[in-house]
Amino acid sequence: MGQNKILIAVAALFFVVSSCVFTVSETERAVKFRLGEVIATDFEPGLHFKLPFINNVKKFDSRILTMDSKPERFLTSEKKNVIVDSFVKWKIADVKTFYTAVAGDIRQANIRLDQIIKDAFRSEFSKRDIKQLVSSDRTAIRTALITLSTPIAVKLGIEIVDVQVKRIDLPNEVSSSVYRRMEAERERVAREFRSQGKEAAERIRADADKQRQIIMANAFRDAEKLRGSGDAIAADIYAKSYGKDIEFYTFYRSMIAYRQTFRKPGDMLVVEPDSDFFKYFKKQK
Amino acid sequence: MSWNEPGGDKKDPWSGRKDENSPPDLDEVIKSFQEKFGGIFGGGSGGGDSEGGSLKGLGFLAAGAAVLWGLSGFYIVDEGTRGVETRFGAYSSTSQPGLNWRFPSPIDQVQVVDVQNVQVVEVGYRSGGRQGAGSVPREALMLTKDENIVDVRLAVQYQVKDAKNYVFNLLNPTATLKQVTESAERGVIGHSTMDFVLTEGRSEIVAEIQTEIQKVMDSYESGILITTVNLQDAQPPEQVQGAFEDAIKAREDEQRYINEAEAYSNEVVPVARGAASRKTQEAEAYKESIIAKATGDVSRFSQLLTEYKKAPVVTRQRMYLESMENVLSNTSTVMVDVKGSNNMLYLPLDKLGNRTANTGTTNVANVPQSNSMPQKTSINNSSRTSNRGRVVRGR
Repeated sequence: MGQNKILIAVAALFFVVSSCVFTVSETERAVKFRLGEVIATDFEPGLHFKLPFINNVKKFDSRILTMDSKPERFLTSEKKNVIVDSFVKWKIADVKTFYTAVAGDIRQANIRLDQIIKDAFRSEFSKRDIKQLVSSDRTAIRTALITLSTPIAVKLGIEIVDVQVKRIDLPNEVSSSVYRRMEAERERVAREFRSQGKEAAERIRADADKQRQIIMANAFRDAEKLRGSGDAIAADIYAKSYGKDIEFYTFYRSMIAYRQTFRKPGDMLVVEPDSDFFKYFKKQK
Repeated sequence: MSWNEPGGDKKDPWSGRKDENSPPDLDEVIKSFQEKFGGIFGGGSGGGDSEGGSLKGLGFLAAGAAVLWGLSGFYIVDEGTRGVETRFGAYSSTSQPGLNWRFPSPIDQVQVVDVQNVQVVEVGYRSGGRQGAGSVPREALMLTKDENIVDVRLAVQYQVKDAKNYVFNLLNPTATLKQVTESAERGVIGHSTMDFVLTEGRSEIVAEIQTEIQKVMDSYESGILITTVNLQDAQPPEQVQGAFEDAIKAREDEQRYINEAEAYSNEVVPVARGAASRKTQEAEAYKESIIAKATGDVSRFSQLLTEYKKAPVVTRQRMYLESMENVLSNTSTVMVDVKGSNNMLYLPLDKLGNRTANTGTTNVANVPQSNSMPQKTSINNSSRTSNRGRVVRGR
């Protein structure tokens, strides 16, 4: 039938065309083989041609891939164990090498990469103590790891984009002693705060007491000065006046003193009648 | 059923095929469809008898398929998203929101990427009501510079800034962002001390982490923009929180002690000032009063002296007698009229004193000499003051 022929022709054409072209996407790298031999690798993304049956094409992910290894223990320079969790960002640099080295298997590439990176880690970590690892040397470690692993990675057709240390943790048994130390440290801080508070408080109290004492002492001094000057002025006044007739003053003052001394009804005097007062008591002349 | 057309149709059976090469024309397509369907349902004759007719039907079918294929190239890009178009896998363009057309599959592909919605990656915790919400110690606990462990929870908000890079460069951008965040935060926390992380350094740390994440993500050409990094929580690990709280309390206690002492100081010093003021005032008063008293005394004396000088004997006598009168009239007086005799005599001063104290009268009595009293008391040493009375020796 005519139309069937056309259909067959179209189908055949489609088959031929589709087996003659292949596409490479932005996220892929392709290798073209001719009877098993690699003949081309540098394909731009887009449409490309091949010979059916003779050529075949393998495609690999060209994006940045991640090798996220399991946390692993490493020894630091002070022989402390640390648990390190890291990841490597890599991508396929040379598709041909990649294909020949790891058969284009990303999983296998990850395993190989893991070994490379762990070796690099081991050598870098053994040079440094925890403090350097955790704080100061992170960038240096990263650079060193990339430098160390790149030459080996190149042989796998891999480009190391980045090596990042996610975690550097202490093993559990060490962590608990760290916690104990932190607690002790907090206790130290707490005590310091409290005793500083007490110190300051005592100082303030002592200062207050000092001020009080000084104030009172000054007041006493001033008061005594005042009293003294009062006494002096009074004495001066008395002396000036009483000095005019000392004999009369003595008499006058004695009289006052007698009155002052004996004035309560309960006071008792036992007298003999031969004083001046009783001069006329027993005789009239 | 056969696909033939009624005879007499003058249309070239291949005319439909031409459409495939030119942009689809809607009128023509509709027309051809009508014709085709009219042919199918209109004609009732047996199939296979008209070669040209069947070719023509095939052509129409192909044209229809082509049109449908062409129409399937339309797609809508929503506001806040971008379409990344690829042609045979190669990037061709990024389409803006609105109605867009691409060559349909398998030539062009489009991947729509949300570039507006802010998405969140949670590190160190999981929010929401899902199972396993809460802290994730494996991610949250990290070492500080001073080898302490802190519990840090971050929420990283990001959006896609470059749809093309986002789609093409990273295998799993979100997972990568999380890994990078973990690495970056540990790097930043790792060179800060714990106190800094927990207290004043929070905003600084967050800014640093954000810069670091962005830097790394840019180095991967991830097409991701970190909009904000939120430090959800930075605290000491659970195991030591008690001690930390105690330290905070201690800080408060310190303040409290100081405040209490200041309260004491504030109380004591003014009171002392008041007391001091009282003391000086009293002294002042004493001074003034003693001077006044002296002045008064002296004035009285001087005036009296003036008069005394006018008549010394009389005045003297008068003063003496008045004074003695005053003294003797106010006190109990016992006159002992014995002379030149034995010094031993008995005076029941207790009784006398009691009586006189009660009555308040003056007694003038002759006490007889008595040597035979059972209680003998020497006047010489009888300065007895057991009672309130005073004993004065006569001579």
